[in-house]
Amino acid sequence: MPFLFDIKRYSINDGPGVRVTVFFKGCPLSCRWCHNPESISFKTEKLYDKSKCIGCGSCVAVCPENALTLTKTSGVVTDSGECVLCGKCAEVCPTKAIEMSGRDYSEDEVMTAVLKETHIMDASGGGVTFSGGEPLMYPEALKSLLIRCGMEGIHRAIDTSGCVKSPVVEDILPHADLFLYDLKLMNAQNHRKWVGVDNTLILKNLALISDHDKEYHIRIPLVEGVNTDDENIIKTIDFLNGLKRKPTVVGLLPYHNIASKKYEKLGKTYNGNGMAEPSKERMTQILSVFTANGLNAVIGG
Amino acid sequence: MFEELKTKNRIPQRKSNQEGNFYKNSSLKPGMNDRIRILREESISTPASLSIERALIETAFYKENDGKYAIPVMRALNFLEICEKKSIYIGTNELIVGERGEKPKAVYTFPELTCHSVGDLHVLNTREQQRYVISEEDIDIYRHEVIPYWKGRSQRDRIFEHVPHEWKAAYEAGMFTEFMEQRAPGHTCMDGKIYRKGMLDFKREIEEEMAKLDYCNDPEALDKEDQLHAMAISCDAIIRLAERHAGKAEEMARHEKNPARVEELNRIAEVCRRVPAHAPRNFWEAIQMYWFIHLGVITELNGWDAFNPGHFDQHLAPFYQNDLENGTLTREEAKELLCCFWIKVNNQPAPPKVGITANESGTYNDFTNINIGGVKPDGSDGVNDVSYLMLEVIEELHILQPGNSVHIASVTPNRFLHAAIKVIRQGHGYPSVFNPDVYIQEMLRSGKSLCDAREGGCSGCIEVGAFGKEAYLLTGYLNVPKILEITLFNGVDPVTGKKVGIETGDPRGFTSYDELYDAFHAQLKYIIDLKIRINHYIDRMYARYYPATFLSVVMDDCIKKGRDYYNGGPRYNTTYIQCTGLGTVTDSLSSLKKHVFEMKDIGMDQLLYAISVNFEGEEVLRQRIINHTPFFGNDDDYADEIAVKVYDDMFDLIDNRPNGKPGGKYHLNMLSTTCHNYFGNVMGAMPNGRLAGKAISDGTSPSHGCDTHGPSAVIRSLSKLDQVKSGGTLLNLRFLPSLLRRDEDVVKLGNLIRSYFAQGGHHVQFNIVDTATLIAARDNPEEYKDLLVRMAGYSDYFNDMHENLKQEIIERTENESF
Repeated sequence: MPFLFDIKRYSINDGPGVRVTVFFKGCPLSCRWCHNPESISFKTEKLYDKSKCIGCGSCVAVCPENALTLTKTSGVVTDSGECVLCGKCAEVCPTKAIEMSGRDYSEDEVMTAVLKETHIMDASGGGVTFSGGEPLMYPEALKSLLIRCGMEGIHRAIDTSGCVKSPVVEDILPHADLFLYDLKLMNAQNHRKWVGVDNTLILKNLALISDHDKEYHIRIPLVEGVNTDDENIIKTIDFLNGLKRKPTVVGLLPYHNIASKKYEKLGKTYNGNGMAEPSKERMTQILSVFTANGLNAVIGG
Repeated sequence: MFEELKTKNRIPQRKSNQEGNFYKNSSLKPGMNDRIRILREESISTPASLSIERALIETAFYKENDGKYAIPVMRALNFLEICEKKSIYIGTNELIVGERGEKPKAVYTFPELTCHSVGDLHVLNTREQQRYVISEEDIDIYRHEVIPYWKGRSQRDRIFEHVPHEWKAAYEAGMFTEFMEQRAPGHTCMDGKIYRKGMLDFKREIEEEMAKLDYCNDPEALDKEDQLHAMAISCDAIIRLAERHAGKAEEMARHEKNPARVEELNRIAEVCRRVPAHAPRNFWEAIQMYWFIHLGVITELNGWDAFNPGHFDQHLAPFYQNDLENGTLTREEAKELLCCFWIKVNNQPAPPKVGITANESGTYNDFTNINIGGVKPDGSDGVNDVSYLMLEVIEELHILQPGNSVHIASVTPNRFLHAAIKVIRQGHGYPSVFNPDVYIQEMLRSGKSLCDAREGGCSGCIEVGAFGKEAYLLTGYLNVPKILEITLFNGVDPVTGKKVGIETGDPRGFTSYDELYDAFHAQLKYIIDLKIRINHYIDRMYARYYPATFLSVVMDDCIKKGRDYYNGGPRYNTTYIQCTGLGTVTDSLSSLKKHVFEMKDIGMDQLLYAISVNFEGEEVLRQRIINHTPFFGNDDDYADEIAVKVYDDMFDLIDNRPNGKPGGKYHLNMLSTTCHNYFGNVMGAMPNGRLAGKAISDGTSPSHGCDTHGPSAVIRSLSKLDQVKSGGTLLNLRFLPSLLRRDEDVVKLGNLIRSYFAQGGHHVQFNIVDTATLIAARDNPEEYKDLLVRMAGYSDYFNDMHENLKQEIIERTENESF
């Protein structure tokens, strides 16, 4: 069964047209700038938004493990040693300050949600985008959903980091119409530093997709201090130009420090050290380098 | 993707939603040239004022002549008297001429309908919102000359004298409003006939009908003679008004030093000698032709929604093409004339409203709604060069009036849709977007011929009608959530403790949701019946005492039938009741059904107590309702099915009931204008968690902030209503500017519109939120849960973001320009 943390409608930035984006939960990467930190863990997690909490204590009263305490300064505090993630607190929370992130969805449930967008998908040339987390970490569930969507004639995109075993990619390839492929850093050591894993598999799988002549878009989150330096940009361009089939488009996504609240909800702290938003000028410069080297690049997208 | 539109004058950057001051840090004011800039500036900076001129002319005329003539003839002679005596204004830079009052923004009073008291006039002169300036001297003249004559005689006085106690109780409680208590029914639109025929042609038709009258066999022959006679006088009146403008222009030309202006004044005189007596021959005359008809309609009476040229782009297109071809007009000159026309409409604020009517429609906007695009009578694409010119004019002028809308049928090209969206994303709130494919079906369903339906469109806000052939009168808004409120208190208004409905039982004794719904249905029926009963009375009052003899000239088939616009003269006669607050009533019913009758986690007694104390001390309960109840607008069948049931039941209770005119019928309408604010004001808290006094939902939109699944879910919910059964639905969607920044976003919004329309949507308009809205959203998160933030690989709701990020988005919105 697909293990998801969200299904979003009217997605206008995740592939052509208007799309439904299905978010798988769990990712082999741990990018320091991750916008969806709840997507990293492969387990159900509890999110707590203190600003929504009205301190009614309903959750404390209902918790079968007595894992919760209502405090004056920090709102509801969970003893993670006691909490079994049963979700009863989220059910009773009147304001949805507590929410559970991640659950098994039945395939039919996903299909029902996707098919609700049929009209707007048809009108816009849109489709479904499987994102995450890393959808390719759930190859069986993903493949089955891709086939179901294919039978409905729905355009299928996969938003992936590519950090999975190559046979998985090969197996999925015939059932996807488009890959949205994230590329962060070319230098393996830097990649490990910022993303937590090696980039060998990522580059290999991208070449694989290109060799199969499958359409793909490249998406590069640009973070000042991480990957906006000339060396990384040139290496990225060289790599892409060395592939059999070039990307349809390269989306340059300027980093925004927009996700810090999501970290708080997870009880984590966001470490923005060493990262900054690239300036507009730098973005324009990078764009022009890509363009000058024969790649169709856009800012955003 | 889109190439810049090549225009002679660059369109400067603007800051949205700031009337008259949206051109940032620039001395350049909006407008294509100096003439337009000056006229626009005058129009915006001149305050609305009251002119007592019409009241004085009319009162003197009535004092001398009342009782001498049949009523229609008396009304027509009164109109002629006003056209003969009113002051004539031609501004220094004007090309299109004619004002209702003695100067721009001066509004007439209509004491025969509503005789303002001295107190009313003082309030109008001093109130903060929608102020109308009037001098103490004029108030004093009014006190002595006008008020003594009309007091007790005015339509409003007579209506309130007549209405029964139960109607008054419901009216005062805010169960419904009454459109016709101080303004005449109007709500109609012009078709193409005035570009083919002049007033002298209409007069000839009238004379032919008079010659055919059968005094021996037709019991109505004498009434028809009076009516036709009055219509003929009305034709003369408007011709005289035009001639007086010609005379004034000629006189001004004689004293003018600037040779260019002399030429313009002579041209104005020539145009005014030609139209409206004869059919127009060119673009300039066509616009001036319409403008005289418009002035006639809004001077004769103060009908709602002023008047409206309808498919103005289609009407003007042949003149435009012809003039361009024979070299007598350039594109820029055409645009300048359109700008002049636009400013003329802006110069006419709505007649001042007082009392409840001021609460329900508190705006200077008089709801002229120009229809752009759409289909031609043969069903083909109606978009033409003038349509694009009009979009440019809307974007460049950015003024309150006239309202405008684009009509996107399946045959409409994407180029036009996208051009319109680029105006929409500037955040003016205009143009709104309509679906001819659906409203043509609406008209066919209510009995129009295919051709008449295609020539029709939408006027006012969203109400549909066969232009030039239909009286489609709005009679007032129905406060549907309030009807549920009194149901919960067995017919008593909990706000005042007064009984305003019928006794349908104490809901604490109800054992099922169906029992509750049946009680609501019984109250709904009672209130609708009460409304219709009094509607008939007021309707007959207009037909008998204040016929619109001038408007009748241009509305088919008043001449042929020899009957007035208010008396079944038009080919089609519709009466609308506008049901407001579908979202609020649906969400409240959903809350009751789910929590009280199904989950039983909240008792009826507990809920009634909570709403009676406005949820004070019951915040936990309120939050549980808000966050754990299926609400309308989320593509959730649980709530949407309730909405469909309420909608269908209102339809069954209203649709097809006779309205007192031959063949005339009632139909359902779903607009709200600003009435949802007034209706919210008169209500206590509701079972959906809405607090006392807060606005109810508008039109058929979801309750504010309750649609949390994005715009495509909203349109799916709305699509479950069979909108063809209505005479118009209304959907407001809020968008952050960041969702419309790129060319692709414009295309995707176009897709959203097409998708809604393919699923049967009637109308949608977009509120591109500005900084002020975002600040409000930050401070009242509950009412703005629908604000989406979308970025690649990331999506969130505005109110789920961190405080400092909200601040950042607010600042970015402030600085964003397209």
